[in-house]
Amino acid sequence: MLNTIFLPEIALMLTVLVLFFMTLGNFRTGTVQATSLVLAAITVIVTFASMGTQGLMFYDVYQIDALSQLFKVVIVFGLFLIFFLGSGLTGIQDKLHTEYYMFLAISALGLMFLSSSVELLTILLSLEISSFALYVVIPFRCGQGRIHVEAGIKYILFGAVSTGLTLYGMSYIFGLAHTTYLVELAEKMPALVATQPLAVIAVVLVMTAFFYKLAMFPMHFWTPDVYQGAANETTSFVATLPKVGAVLLLLRLVAVAGFDVSQVTWVLATIAVLSMTLGNFSALVQTDLKRLLAYSSIAHAGYVMLGILTGAELGMAAAIFYVVGYLLMNLGVFYVIYNIAPEGQNVTFDDLKGLSRRSPLLALTLLVSVFGMAGIPPTIGFIGKFMIFTGAIHEGFYALVIIAVMNAAVAAFYYLKMARAAYCAADDEKDVIILPFGAKIMGTFFILAIILIGSLPQSLLAAAKAAVVSLL
Amino acid sequence: MENYLILNTLNYPILSMLLILPVVGAIVAMFLRGDTVLKVWGLLVTLVTALISIPLWTRFDQTTAKYQFAELRHWFPALDLDFVLGVDGISVLLVLLTTLVMPLCILCSWTYIKTRWKEFVIVTLLMETAMLGVFVSLNTVLFYIFWEGMLVPMYLIIAIWGGARKDYAAIKFFLYTFTGSIFLLVAIIAMYITTGTFFIPELMAHSYSFAFQVWIFLACAIGFAIKMPMFPFHTWLPAAHVEAPVAGSVILASILLKMGGYGFLRFCLPMAPAATLYFVPLLIGMSLISIIVGGYLALGQSDIKKLIAYSSVGHMGFVTLGIFLLNDAGIKGAMLQMLNHGVTTGALFILIGIIYERTHSREIGDNSKLGMFMPIYVTFLGIFSLSSLAFPGTNSFVSEFLVLFGAFDKYPLVGAVSILGAVLAAAYMLRLLQKMVWDDSDGHVPHGEHAEERKRILFDCNYREIFQLGFLTIFVFWIGLHPTPLLDMLDSTVAHLLHQIDAGSILPEAAQNGESHALLENAGTWIKNLF
Repeated sequence: MLNTIFLPEIALMLTVLVLFFMTLGNFRTGTVQATSLVLAAITVIVTFASMGTQGLMFYDVYQIDALSQLFKVVIVFGLFLIFFLGSGLTGIQDKLHTEYYMFLAISALGLMFLSSSVELLTILLSLEISSFALYVVIPFRCGQGRIHVEAGIKYILFGAVSTGLTLYGMSYIFGLAHTTYLVELAEKMPALVATQPLAVIAVVLVMTAFFYKLAMFPMHFWTPDVYQGAANETTSFVATLPKVGAVLLLLRLVAVAGFDVSQVTWVLATIAVLSMTLGNFSALVQTDLKRLLAYSSIAHAGYVMLGILTGAELGMAAAIFYVVGYLLMNLGVFYVIYNIAPEGQNVTFDDLKGLSRRSPLLALTLLVSVFGMAGIPPTIGFIGKFMIFTGAIHEGFYALVIIAVMNAAVAAFYYLKMARAAYCAADDEKDVIILPFGAKIMGTFFILAIILIGSLPQSLLAAAKAAVVSLL
Repeated sequence: MENYLILNTLNYPILSMLLILPVVGAIVAMFLRGDTVLKVWGLLVTLVTALISIPLWTRFDQTTAKYQFAELRHWFPALDLDFVLGVDGISVLLVLLTTLVMPLCILCSWTYIKTRWKEFVIVTLLMETAMLGVFVSLNTVLFYIFWEGMLVPMYLIIAIWGGARKDYAAIKFFLYTFTGSIFLLVAIIAMYITTGTFFIPELMAHSYSFAFQVWIFLACAIGFAIKMPMFPFHTWLPAAHVEAPVAGSVILASILLKMGGYGFLRFCLPMAPAATLYFVPLLIGMSLISIIVGGYLALGQSDIKKLIAYSSVGHMGFVTLGIFLLNDAGIKGAMLQMLNHGVTTGALFILIGIIYERTHSREIGDNSKLGMFMPIYVTFLGIFSLSSLAFPGTNSFVSEFLVLFGAFDKYPLVGAVSILGAVLAAAYMLRLLQKMVWDDSDGHVPHGEHAEERKRILFDCNYREIFQLGFLTIFVFWIGLHPTPLLDMLDSTVAHLLHQIDAGSILPEAAQNGESHALLENAGTWIKNLF
């Protein structure tokens, strides 16, 4: 029993082990990539097969339920896409390619553990497994001066601070409730949150590490510099998978704090509004695409938070749906960035010029992804926003939705700027980009996924709702 | 739900076919090669779509206000979202207008568009689906999806094939309309939360509290007023019109601008009748300003496209004026005015496209004295200019007459002011006509080499162009001389709409006091909690 429900993790651990042994030898990047892809694909299949299983393990600190399994599928599938997307690893030092794949797999493994952790210390441990691997990977960039060093140091420093704050919050919680198990906390905390200001502070402090992962205000400062400094491949990882994990944990923590509207809700609402507004307005003036995406991710964190803080089935399911959509659309844009920067350099608006002539597929992928992020139907991004707004209005958060809507209108401008650069600005000097077969498949996949899930959202939403039910 | 619908009795799902056919056509176009093949394919698909839509005209039941040719499928059970399509008297005419105009859009681009025909055909076909979708959706979410979905192809049409300042125009168009319609989304969600349904007829039947009506009226009206465009939200229109390629201008003028009017008739009036009555003075005022300002600005333009764009603002002012008169003549006149504007202004933009292809200039001064060289062209220009200024016997006369009749019937002063708009229309259109056809203000006639040169450039219309213009001319005189069939189509629907407004304007007392301030209170609690 234990083995079968733990199979997804075992599969990913095997992947890590195989990659570890490969680091000892001397393999070509193509071989390593093919191996990691096959192993990741196996993990995806195993994880998918494990959906619907349930159980508690390791003295009840590790819970397998619909929620955790859904997120595990998303995480390993995201990992597979990132392995596929960064073929060739043009931005990473040659001798570190195998290690690079290994560390990404370790980080994803940490996130998988995180999905199932239902005890505070286990959560912290899983979080650190995932973070440490990323601390190592971020400075792996080559050929772009020393910009990656800054990124690495910022990521570590902010990570350390936020983990410290989280631990500090955990100590309060333990002091107040005398337990670290989420199940028991969920019984005691709502009453404490309603009466003791300290409990509110404690819950918010525990969330800090996840604000950091999700790039939420006020832990967002690292985002632009790390996005800019890390290699394009690495950024596509940092920008997506840790955020998926963070959303899950925030859902679990909101469940602990209680579903009624409380002081915690208002703290989260304030953070959400500040995050959206700050992210969107800062994104308006960026010229480096990765910096722009960094600010846009801060804004998206605000929208997701709007779903999470409702503490109701629809809103929380919407948050899950939204983050899955966010992962696809963001990877879509990073796929484009990776492919128009053959030497791993950063991409600016100037590099997008004439893209529709240089590579129609890349331009279309960019168009679909950015319109998705702006929330234009019939994309997954529209349904995500629509669900979040519906969930929030359902719980009476009218003012929050109005602010979010105005933010969406502001955001449309900079998303449109990307589409405009790709389609309007002519540039006859640059060469046509010839995509390898794999990259073509990838682009088509992103376009189809974003539009098809946007038109037929039923199955994903049903899965998200089923997952949330295990929380309520 | 079925109470509001008359399910489709044809042996094929006509409305879904209209939506799917262009999409399938667009997908096939991805695999076609060669500009000519693509042109013919685009024309073929739009023509077949137009042919399929004919039963909507012939089999339409004029005696009922229910939604006809309806189709009902489950789509998104998690939110009780159904895929419901259907048309009534208002939407059926706009559907027919759309299917009619789209083949002309391909035809008028035949030589105008020189690059990227594949993308052009794909984008135009997707645009057709989105526009038809707006008119046939009976579900607010579906409506919104098509409504917003329209922005992307239109953005691309302006951004890729547009003129010198296409960049600016495309982004302005997108941001204006996006900002307007995103509030519509909030209204849609708020109505869903209140009533538990997205189904438009049920939303119309529900009676909301006055405070709630005011909110949804405002949220919807901003989006529709921008789309119309009404003064002071009209500034995107001249930019978009001028920079768009000829097909883009035709789509914009003929169909896109109708979405605002359709939205008012479908959402604001029946769903928020009490709020509508409350806001009537404001909207009539804005309409009058649109009519006068649009006409006045058109008078001062030297760019032909800009002139027509501002004249659209004026014409659309008549539409909103008619709608918010809230009487039979007004609403019918508004509907007819929308159709007429679609035909006439669409034709005028085609005419501008034709002359632009020859002289590469849109300035009136560069396109003068055409009477000497292009007699056929000038004939059509004359017909459509007269139609635009509502000359008796042409289509616009009927609709403007109806609107004015409605206005004098209800508010004579409003009627008197809007007469001024009609006079302005005559002034700017006759000025345009006079300058383009004759213009002997400089006192000399082209001769010698100059005349030879002009003659070489200004060859007269070919059969393709004559066909397009001739086809639209039929509608000018048909509607102008015998508008009864169109007005008959509208009878039951408009009567039903007026009934809805009358019934809804009397608020149940309980609702007024009970749920009415829930929303305001909610906002109050929210703010209290925040600080």
